[in-house]
Amino acid sequence: MTPATTEARAAAKPATMAQALKRAMRDAMAEDPSVHVLGEDVGTLGGVFRITDGLAAEFGDDRCTDTPLAEAGILGAAVGMAMYGLRPVVEMQFDAFAYPAFEQLISHVARMRNRTRGRMPLPITVRVPYGGGIGGVEHHSDSSEAYYMATPGLQVVTPATVEDAYGLLRAAIAADDPVVFLEPKRLYWSKSSWSPTAPAKVPPLGRAVVRRPGTGATLITYGPSLPVCLEAAEAAAAEGWDLEVVDLRSLVPFDDETVCASVRRTGRAVVVHESTGFGGPGGEIAARVTERCFHHLEAPVLRVAGFDIPYPPPMLERHHLPGVDRVLDAVARLQWEAES
Amino acid sequence: MRAVAHRPTPPPAWQPRTDPAPLLPDAEPHRLLGTDAMAGADPELLLSLYDRLVLGRRFNTQATALTKQGRLAVYPSSTGQEACQVAAALALERRDWLFPSYRDTLAAVTRGMDPVRVLTLLRGDWHTGYDPYEHRVAPLSTPLATQLPHAVGLAHAARLKGDDVVALALVGDGGTSEGDFHEALNFAAVWRAPVVFLVQNNGFAISVPLAKQTAAPSLAHKAVGYGMPGRLVDGNDAPAVHQVVSEALARARSGGGPTLIEAVTYRIEAHTNADDATRYREEPEVELWRRHDPILLLERELTGRGLLDEDRRRSAADAAEAMAAELRERMNADPVLDPMDLFAHVYAEKTGQLREQSELLRAELTAEGETR
Repeated sequence: MTPATTEARAAAKPATMAQALKRAMRDAMAEDPSVHVLGEDVGTLGGVFRITDGLAAEFGDDRCTDTPLAEAGILGAAVGMAMYGLRPVVEMQFDAFAYPAFEQLISHVARMRNRTRGRMPLPITVRVPYGGGIGGVEHHSDSSEAYYMATPGLQVVTPATVEDAYGLLRAAIAADDPVVFLEPKRLYWSKSSWSPTAPAKVPPLGRAVVRRPGTGATLITYGPSLPVCLEAAEAAAAEGWDLEVVDLRSLVPFDDETVCASVRRTGRAVVVHESTGFGGPGGEIAARVTERCFHHLEAPVLRVAGFDIPYPPPMLERHHLPGVDRVLDAVARLQWEAES
Repeated sequence: MRAVAHRPTPPPAWQPRTDPAPLLPDAEPHRLLGTDAMAGADPELLLSLYDRLVLGRRFNTQATALTKQGRLAVYPSSTGQEACQVAAALALERRDWLFPSYRDTLAAVTRGMDPVRVLTLLRGDWHTGYDPYEHRVAPLSTPLATQLPHAVGLAHAARLKGDDVVALALVGDGGTSEGDFHEALNFAAVWRAPVVFLVQNNGFAISVPLAKQTAAPSLAHKAVGYGMPGRLVDGNDAPAVHQVVSEALARARSGGGPTLIEAVTYRIEAHTNADDATRYREEPEVELWRRHDPILLLERELTGRGLLDEDRRRSAADAAEAMAAELRERMNADPVLDPMDLFAHVYAEKTGQLREQSELLRAELTAEGETR
């Protein structure tokens, strides 16, 4: 089979988010020899989620490196590599396994540009599979985005679609700032007709997007909760609510403009995420919306979030994760009676 | 070969991966001063070490004085440790990199950096006041041992690019207890990265003595567990430090991989000007180390060999005095601060949030200006 027909077949088949992420790294590595991938099991195995599958075979062990099992060491080494002009893409195997690298991330990765007055920027991408819904046992399902959001100097990005998985990862790798790239692992196998052969559109980082236009209320969400919100919006339509769904895509920088434009149009907002509600991203988002759109609001901004508990064991996680019903219940509480 | 199900083959006999014997440090710290080996030493190098030690000591006393005058927020003195920092920094080539911790200002100055810029962190007008690429000195690292994996990554990247660059990473005895120390040494050994780790064992992590820090026979012994050689050196013997560091750099340069060096020395002053060392150690112990002072030891050797006369001693002291006077004068001038810098380098481009906040601060500054 010629490469052209292989590509055509690939294009005809729906692509998964996992394939799009792999393709993004592959293309970045092919274009820029300074892009290096490193992490645990990323070489021969292709990563536990197979996101780096084939990279070591194509680019060699020096470009896609199996490291010793030590997250602080991996990220710390990436800092040194970036100091020397490389563009490391680090894989943290799971959300909760990224915690040993926190000191490097908070004390060095996030601060080096500022510390050196811009002389030593660190263009590092830290890929972190995050969130629940895959039946993972303890330490495999955390939503750790709030920790990263609270650290100035980091960009925090998360795709929710196959197309964005490719585009945002390309943009993250190309960015001159460190990016924590959160991959919603339960969407790894989600599919779309996106074709890796189509001309790649690299979206700018820091821009939210309206995934479903609506007039009645805005669901503000990101990553793993986007499909939940889109499904909720469909169900709500049957009950007479026309919901708009905003996919943030980037938690830092935060796109106040797109979010507030939507809320000003609809007058109501619900923030939906898996992360805990208390101290979670929803509090910040609700505050920002309230500060900027107070006079347009018909009801308080509500949050639908994970409970304020350590992530539950897999047989109980369905009670914890915000689902369609919980989103619809929140929508129902948006003081509609005032309108009738 | 077909496996026979009922007769499992035994596992291969266990073999150590590396013969540990050549990796072990010597029982005694390596010394040159007062030994016959000094006969072959390069007089120019010895005199250059002497000049730099005298300069370094004066730098330490001047910086400490500046804390008393409120010109430095804090100063962790390296008095007593000058030989480690000066000799190690002088062993580096210009193309090499230095990864210092916060007590290693002297190593950075010895690299040829402007002392005022090196002291920016401790003066408090910014964090890192110098361009790390100018003299290839990474920012002074405050979180202990966290700079070590950086040195490994940089050395690894240089090797991948085919550049002849070695990274020298400095850490203290306390820092060897940190996880990053372990991870850095392990990565360096696995990657055979051209990096040299120099532990300045000055006896104390603030107040905690080495006995409470480790049960290892010596800190240099830790190298064996990673599969790299450990070297023990008298940290107050400048020519010995220079020799051991030079050998480790040459080994790294030729593809031999990393080395861990423990330089045994002593922190003559308290941890910083804010610390009170009398709470955790006795004066007689300090006095013993004063008699093993790195400048005293080198001076004795050079005088004995007829390399150092009164004129030479005076010219070294005069140069140190001139450096101190200039440092004093420059540090006594108030630094120029621009509060708007707070927002300038957080990201490559200011986020919307930072634009709003910088406008808020600008308005506050304008209002302040109006009321004055």
